[in-house]
Amino acid sequence: MSASPQTTSAKTKVRPKYYDLNLLNLPIPGISSIFHRVTGMVMFMFMIPAALYLLQGTLKSESGFNFWTNVLNWLPVKLVLLGFVWAFMHHFFAGIRYLLLDLHIGVSKEAARTSAIWVLVAGAVSTVLLGVKIW
Amino acid sequence: MVSNLSALKTDRQPVGAHYGWREWLAQRITAVIMALFSIVIFGFFAVHGSVNYEQWKALFGAPVVRVLALLFLLSVYYHAWIGVRDVLMDYVKPVAVRLSLQVLVLLALVGYTIWSVAILWT
Repeated sequence: MSASPQTTSAKTKVRPKYYDLNLLNLPIPGISSIFHRVTGMVMFMFMIPAALYLLQGTLKSESGFNFWTNVLNWLPVKLVLLGFVWAFMHHFFAGIRYLLLDLHIGVSKEAARTSAIWVLVAGAVSTVLLGVKIW
Repeated sequence: MVSNLSALKTDRQPVGAHYGWREWLAQRITAVIMALFSIVIFGFFAVHGSVNYEQWKALFGAPVVRVLALLFLLSVYYHAWIGVRDVLMDYVKPVAVRLSLQVLVLLALVGYTIWSVAILWT
């Protein structure tokens, strides 16, 4: 079957769907998903080496332990730490959501949307709670 | 034309070779291990609050803690390998660039592993 030149109107043509991949226009499960990826990459590249460096420094000697606890009390460091806490918390809750989806729990569109909202809320709330604790 | 198509029909299946499912499963098993460990670690700090140097040193001096900490970290590294590999496969299309990045990621993770052992057993 060849396309005839007469049928060029938009109504008769099946046009490709256009997905707006702008982050702000993603559906909520999409936002949770892309944050899951970004937080995973951030943890691999920055949080793991930082945590190992910190573990090494605090275990080495008492002066090292005191040095690093002072560093962690410095405001800019606390803000970075808070960012890491959010990265971990979001990745944790979004990951549990994926494990449940793998068990076919909450697979429907509405349930998946609701659980994605809960993941975003749980990540933010737990970050605030831990933020209050480390302050 | 038809004979060409039938020549393509072989017993070899283009999908379903099961290359991916081991890693898919490993990512989930390591996720569950990490989740359980994380809850224990959070519970520890929730109960103990802040720790001083002696307590910190004694905690990581216990062989059980060292072994469990290493198991946790190995889960992290294996999980990270699968996740970063997936991200690279999705976004980095040129094969040479992707393979180079994957080698760098593997080197980093092997480095993290050696570093972890060095920290825990010195």
